[in-house]
Amino acid sequence: MVGIAAWGAYAPRLRLSRKAVVEANAWVAPNLKSKGKGERSMANWDEDALTMAVEAARDALGAGDDRSHIDALYFASTTAPFADRLNAGVVSAALTLEKSITASDVTGSQRCGLTALADALAAVSGGAAKTALVAAGERRKARAVSALELDCGDGAAAFVVTAEGGAADFLGRGSVTDDFVDHFRGNDGGFDYSWEERWIRDEGIVKLVPPAIRRALEAAGVPATDVAHFCFPSTFSGMAATLAKTLGIPAEAVRDNLAAVLGEAGSAHGPLMLAHALEQAKAGEIIVVAQFGQGAEALVFRATGAADAKPARGVTGALADRQEETNYLKFLMFNGLVDWDKGMRAEKDNKTALTTLYRNEDMILGLVGGRCRETGVVQFPRTRISVAPNNPAVDTQEPYRFAERKASVLSYSADYLTFSMAPPNHYGMIVFEGGGRIMMDITDVSPGDVDTGLPVKMVFRIKDIDEKRGFTRYFWKAAPDRSAASAQTAVAAE
Amino acid sequence: MAQGIRDKVAILGMGCSKFGERWDCGPDDLMVEAYIEAMSDAGIEPSQLDAAWFSTHVDEMGTGKGGTPMSIALRLPNIAVTRVENFCASGSEAFRGAVYAVASGAADIAIALGVEKLKDTGYGGLPVANPGTLTPQVMPNGSAPGNFAQLASAYRAKHGVSKDDLKRAIAHVSVKSHANGAKNAKAHLRKPITVDQVLNAPMIAEPLGLFDCCGVSDGAACAIVTTPEIAKAMGKKNLTMVKAIQLSVSNGYESQYNGWDGSYFHTARIAAGKAYREAGIERPREQISMMEVHDCFSITELVTMEDLFISPEGQGWRDVLDGFYDADGGVPCQIDGGLKCFGHPIGASGLRMLYEMYLQLQGRAGERQLSDPVFGMTHNLGGAPASNVCSVAIIGQEGA
Repeated sequence: MVGIAAWGAYAPRLRLSRKAVVEANAWVAPNLKSKGKGERSMANWDEDALTMAVEAARDALGAGDDRSHIDALYFASTTAPFADRLNAGVVSAALTLEKSITASDVTGSQRCGLTALADALAAVSGGAAKTALVAAGERRKARAVSALELDCGDGAAAFVVTAEGGAADFLGRGSVTDDFVDHFRGNDGGFDYSWEERWIRDEGIVKLVPPAIRRALEAAGVPATDVAHFCFPSTFSGMAATLAKTLGIPAEAVRDNLAAVLGEAGSAHGPLMLAHALEQAKAGEIIVVAQFGQGAEALVFRATGAADAKPARGVTGALADRQEETNYLKFLMFNGLVDWDKGMRAEKDNKTALTTLYRNEDMILGLVGGRCRETGVVQFPRTRISVAPNNPAVDTQEPYRFAERKASVLSYSADYLTFSMAPPNHYGMIVFEGGGRIMMDITDVSPGDVDTGLPVKMVFRIKDIDEKRGFTRYFWKAAPDRSAASAQTAVAAE
Repeated sequence: MAQGIRDKVAILGMGCSKFGERWDCGPDDLMVEAYIEAMSDAGIEPSQLDAAWFSTHVDEMGTGKGGTPMSIALRLPNIAVTRVENFCASGSEAFRGAVYAVASGAADIAIALGVEKLKDTGYGGLPVANPGTLTPQVMPNGSAPGNFAQLASAYRAKHGVSKDDLKRAIAHVSVKSHANGAKNAKAHLRKPITVDQVLNAPMIAEPLGLFDCCGVSDGAACAIVTTPEIAKAMGKKNLTMVKAIQLSVSNGYESQYNGWDGSYFHTARIAAGKAYREAGIERPREQISMMEVHDCFSITELVTMEDLFISPEGQGWRDVLDGFYDADGGVPCQIDGGLKCFGHPIGASGLRMLYEMYLQLQGRAGERQLSDPVFGMTHNLGGAPASNVCSVAIIGQEGA
């Protein structure tokens, strides 16, 4: 039956120590000291809602999927980089989806990740789509020295929805829409403005969420007592447990909201908790996921426990791939909260020629090169005349995707001279198994991490930001393939 | 193979400005300085010039496009001026154009002049270039040292050289050039340095530290060429002859095809092979008396010793440490201080290399004079290891 066929998740590798934050701010905000426990995920400077959503979608689809079966795409976020440019269009191009898909950005509320999933389920149920991809990503915006910057985290989750499902059967949906403004953020690039917590809890969440969940359970025909996994993101302590009690959901069904290890990833957080539940649910178990935001969205699923639906990484893998960050100032700089001296070399104009971008769309956004039909020689970029030294065949290139190929470092440098948001800027010649090479940026590394032979994987990232015009430029970068590196070490040890 | 240009063209005169941070000079002043010296050396009047080639690379600094900047600065008599640009090898390209014009018979006397005014940016290092529209969307935001530094990781991996050994070898490259540059009044950097200073300098692009990088300098250099017959008719003796000029240009093999291992210059090997054939040189390690190579970075010079077939592959770092390229070594290299210390005003550098080889062959190199040089080689590179242009020129004694 209609349901989730696959899921994926992404969390940035950096995890900011909350202790480091509250200690740095203790002089001005001693009241935040009690929040100094655990860590929150922290996007690298070159990650945003869109890049993280792409990574989660890649996790959901797997490396072997040719993606031609996707016919609908929903991208959900309240921190999408563009107010007027289809963000889902960038996701689609990065994933090399077909041009004939329907695509939409779902936004405007913390619940929009679940709304996007619900819309996808409705589209497939109604026959408007056969295979829908939902990707929710959030790079939270918070002022320095705020409770929010400690509570929230960055991340993404993605789902593939089909008529056959496979991983989880969709049982029911319930919604409440009410213009209850617990917080808002204007369209001017500012920050959240929140009202009093006690009011949000007692008049908002407690009154508006239960009706949505009740309606969803009713539609599913499932009693609350049968719920095995209850996913409800909230930064208020004990909020999910209170709702569970109100609804009659068993207390042990209330799931960890990952506050200690990830923080709350906004509209992607309900989807992330659902993905986490799917990774752990046994066959037949009932999962309820709900999220608050100008009312609430609630969905009910029954897990199939199908092992083959599990993603390569998922939430579990994403959480395990971590590096502690104790430099609060770095976090502030990555989030544009410090007006720092970038030096004259940063003065270069990052204007993007939109004609060039469109002409090379599959190359730039999809990392698509070429393969010669006659010789099989693979190259990047695709050109009319093949690079093959002994056979420069003309017009024989067919599109060839590089993004999911295994690769390694041929040569590199860590450059302290050039401007970088995270110096030294690492880049080098990356060679791909099966042919082809690209001189590209290497991200998610520190000095000493890179050497010739290092296995790398491709990641979709921000290339540059044109602050003058508000345009974000994307491309692919190499990041250490830490799973391949550890496998290599294990082989060497044998 | 084509007949080539061996012994068809003689150098009539050369000039070179002082290189360095010429805060008080614009590009015009630098051009005039090199031009007046070259014209005086040649002993000719402007009216005797038939054609000119002008090289400058960095458009961002506003020296000017086209042939007019040179023609106006030098008040040339409305002759043809061709501006050439081929990255850091632009100077050699101006020389090639002038030499070919004379060799073809189209000009009796031709002039090549290269200039670069770099020190108007407000910061150290090369100016940030305008990368166009596609490059910045895909290529790393890199720098020249970051691109050339990559030779080191690939060279280490290929030849099994440790990080420390290679760092010491490239340190010796710079120490040697500083020792040479200290004896050159026109050089930008004139202080001798020690290996420890190199090893402990601030990192620029791993593994290249500050002293592994050449000077960013203002300067100009100039050559006037003619046929040996005309030179002799003018009473010139001890002619310095052009023996070979070759240029090899990357076609994407290094950057797009999985063949090149990143540890050497594909083009340099091609250009060197062709230049030796053109000049009739069969045993370069024995026959080349001296050379000026494109030591933009210490690692570039080290691998170039192998690309020019002077050191056996994988052994260049040992030759360097053994002092084979020092002033008293087997093939003295960068006897004028090289890009490292003489400096690197981009459009002038290829002509500056030829200037030193010419002075040495003429016996006019003063304190730096080597004994009885026969062949001097220049190696002038532009671009980056994965995509570049490489010029190799050989000049030598008449009859050699």
